[in-house]
Amino acid sequence: MARGAGALIARTTALALAALTLGPVAAVLWRAGGGMPGAADLAALRFTVLQAVLSALASVICAIPLARALARRRFPGRALAISALGAPFLLPVIVAVLGLLAIFGRSGIFNTALRDLGLPQISIFGLGGVVLAHVFLNMPLATRMILQGWQAIPAERIRLAESLGFGPAHILRHIELPMLRDVVPGAALAVFAICLTSFAVVLVLGGGPAATTVELAIYQAVRFEFDLARAATLALMQVAACGVALALAAAFTLPSGFGAGLDRGQVLPRPGGWCRLADAAAITLAALFIGGPILSVVLRGLPGLADLPGAVWPALGNSLLVAVLAAPMAVGGALALAMGRAQGLRGLEPLAMLPMAGSALVLGTGLFLLVFPFVSPAAVALPVTVIVTAVMALPFAYRILVPEALRLVQDHGRLAAALDLRGFAALRLLILPRLRRPLGFALGLTAALAVGDLGVVALFAAENGATLPLVIQRLMGAYRMDAAAGAALLLVGAAFALFWICDQWGRGGTDT
Amino acid sequence: MLKSLMFAAGFLSISALAAQAETPVLDVYTYDSFISEWGPGPAIEQAFEAECGCDLRFTAAGDGAALLARLQLEGVDSPADILLGLDTNLTAAARATGLFAPHGQTPALSLPVDFADADFLPYDWGWFAFVHNRNLLAPKNFKDLAASDLQIVIQDPRSSTPGLGLLMWVKAAYGDEASTIWKNLADNIVTVTPGWSEAYGMFTEGEADMVLSYTTSPAYHLIAEEDDTKTAALFDEGHYLQVEVMGKLAGSDQSELADKFLAFMLTDAAQTVLPVTNWMYPAHTPAAGLPKGFETLIQPGKSLLLGADEALALRDPALEEWRAALAR
Repeated sequence: MARGAGALIARTTALALAALTLGPVAAVLWRAGGGMPGAADLAALRFTVLQAVLSALASVICAIPLARALARRRFPGRALAISALGAPFLLPVIVAVLGLLAIFGRSGIFNTALRDLGLPQISIFGLGGVVLAHVFLNMPLATRMILQGWQAIPAERIRLAESLGFGPAHILRHIELPMLRDVVPGAALAVFAICLTSFAVVLVLGGGPAATTVELAIYQAVRFEFDLARAATLALMQVAACGVALALAAAFTLPSGFGAGLDRGQVLPRPGGWCRLADAAAITLAALFIGGPILSVVLRGLPGLADLPGAVWPALGNSLLVAVLAAPMAVGGALALAMGRAQGLRGLEPLAMLPMAGSALVLGTGLFLLVFPFVSPAAVALPVTVIVTAVMALPFAYRILVPEALRLVQDHGRLAAALDLRGFAALRLLILPRLRRPLGFALGLTAALAVGDLGVVALFAAENGATLPLVIQRLMGAYRMDAAAGAALLLVGAAFALFWICDQWGRGGTDT
Repeated sequence: MLKSLMFAAGFLSISALAAQAETPVLDVYTYDSFISEWGPGPAIEQAFEAECGCDLRFTAAGDGAALLARLQLEGVDSPADILLGLDTNLTAAARATGLFAPHGQTPALSLPVDFADADFLPYDWGWFAFVHNRNLLAPKNFKDLAASDLQIVIQDPRSSTPGLGLLMWVKAAYGDEASTIWKNLADNIVTVTPGWSEAYGMFTEGEADMVLSYTTSPAYHLIAEEDDTKTAALFDEGHYLQVEVMGKLAGSDQSELADKFLAFMLTDAAQTVLPVTNWMYPAHTPAAGLPKGFETLIQPGKSLLLGADEALALRDPALEEWRAALAR
């Protein structure tokens, strides 16, 4: 199956990704020469990996019961709740952190309640706080990925199990666990990679220099020491850590091999009794944990919405433009890679995940070094922003698409081959209709990420090219915290609207 | 063929027109908050362009440290004529790049210390201070603070210029004792943020009793928000200064214009803009004096400032001291 235009596109995309992520690192190395990491860098790497592993494990452990509850229960507002799972992921980091502080901070609701009850208060600062924030930001994403796994179990398998008299324990063992074995390693890997390069969350909630990450060391190397050699070495350390995680995840993944179904409406068994209570508890706790900080972001931003400064509107336009251009690029590239991987092309997976492990600062610096000798960086701000955003978002789209692409090829590959269904016809008749749900989710997620993205392209910012996250940062930098909170709410609203539109399209008005 | 000839002719005549009408462009690199619509940039651009017959073009790059990194990336090919927004903790490293030219000017300055630098001219300055709500019983010095239960937010000296300023403040005030001071402060520090805005945001949201900022920060709340509940703690060991400077690039193709701009930044036209946009003290107090509200600010009796070379030499050992003391 791995032939023709699809394979060519997949290979080209993979090469372009490698060039765009490793090229800038190479440019930095070429400019600076190599360097060896010192003892402090190794300590930073240790802490970085530790917090990323804990965050990834905690996120998927919380996500599994929640995804299961969402998969098998029906309740009013369920569709909205599933969409809203995208929200934390879309928040600009500092806004998310302030939202968490409003709940779990020193003067937050949680500690105020503890104080009123005469109980000792908790501190959010330290490793626990870092993991808490990462779970808040990433558990919803993991939930959506795992939920997809449940939804993809063919209805026939469930019916067969029921007719054989399987109870919940048997269904868990023979159907749900194999599905989890298929989906969970990928979800954990995605969360791990995100947390590996997390910068502001770790610094703000880490509580001090004991919580030093590799990304901070890179920041320091580039900005205060202008030690590009060290920065590039550190960036490669991050890539290596992600590579190890990728290999581990691949070793743990087992395809579930349920075989094809007939697309009947799926009805998972809904056991009553304590199972019902446990599901209700999972959903309620998640709603409080995710909804609380989001609600505080909304309430904090509302007063500021009234008098937003004029700079916000063109910035919103710029951000939306980047999102609308970058999201289809990211999803298109991810689809090509996911289908290529599903059809047996080798070596695509590491390349597809590469941008997640890349240091944003080194990537931006390298691109700047590559572009600057030829053209004014400000003149190419828009195309660079769009391409970099698409590259950074691609791994997310890939992770969402790849389990479904594998299943598609497994279930329909032989029939498609027999019918000689290839190229554009295969795309139109087979791939797009069958992957519509993950495509919609991936498109929504990447568009929303693009709206919220900042950092990589700061070096390229043109005079009138400011994006909304940049304006929020400028407002905060000029004491205007209320206006910043208002602009952040606007950003969240815009990102969520884009996400919701794409996600709704993907779910095609069905209730799953 | 005819078409392409016509195109060429049109292109050439437009290019000629453009060359004729071309006004000189002065490229000023500065930090991000300088050029935002609520920063000093727009007013200064308007005022300078009114008298220079030129186009003043700002390019923004993060903060002072990011600005210098950007210039080093571009090297001798940089289109920048002026770099505006370094502080004295960065000037030694900036000078070492060899990219700057002496300014050759001797303007009258109203800094609380004697200041002379052949390459860099100050345009504004401020004292670092811990800002708090007026109803708080504030400590009188770092030792007082360390002995109290007060919770503070500071910035990371590895990623933020105020954070680096605090490091130098403790070092300048306590020298070899600095390490002990940091150890005793450890339980007062809620957290260390990557930049000023995260720290200040956490303070205004009530996450800390005090935040490292400037003595002039309460002026923003008073003047822009009519809120007089914020003030700064007066420390008797003195307050470290942040002096913000600008310099001319040796590779500038608009050297004369660049000199004019440096001089303009110290005239009343520019200096009256800075206090109420950058919320710092003007480097040369304008004839009309400081804006109303500045008289309510605390006045440190003693100003601390390490020389540029000393600051650079002390940075790495002081960072290590800080890291060791706080890495619990």
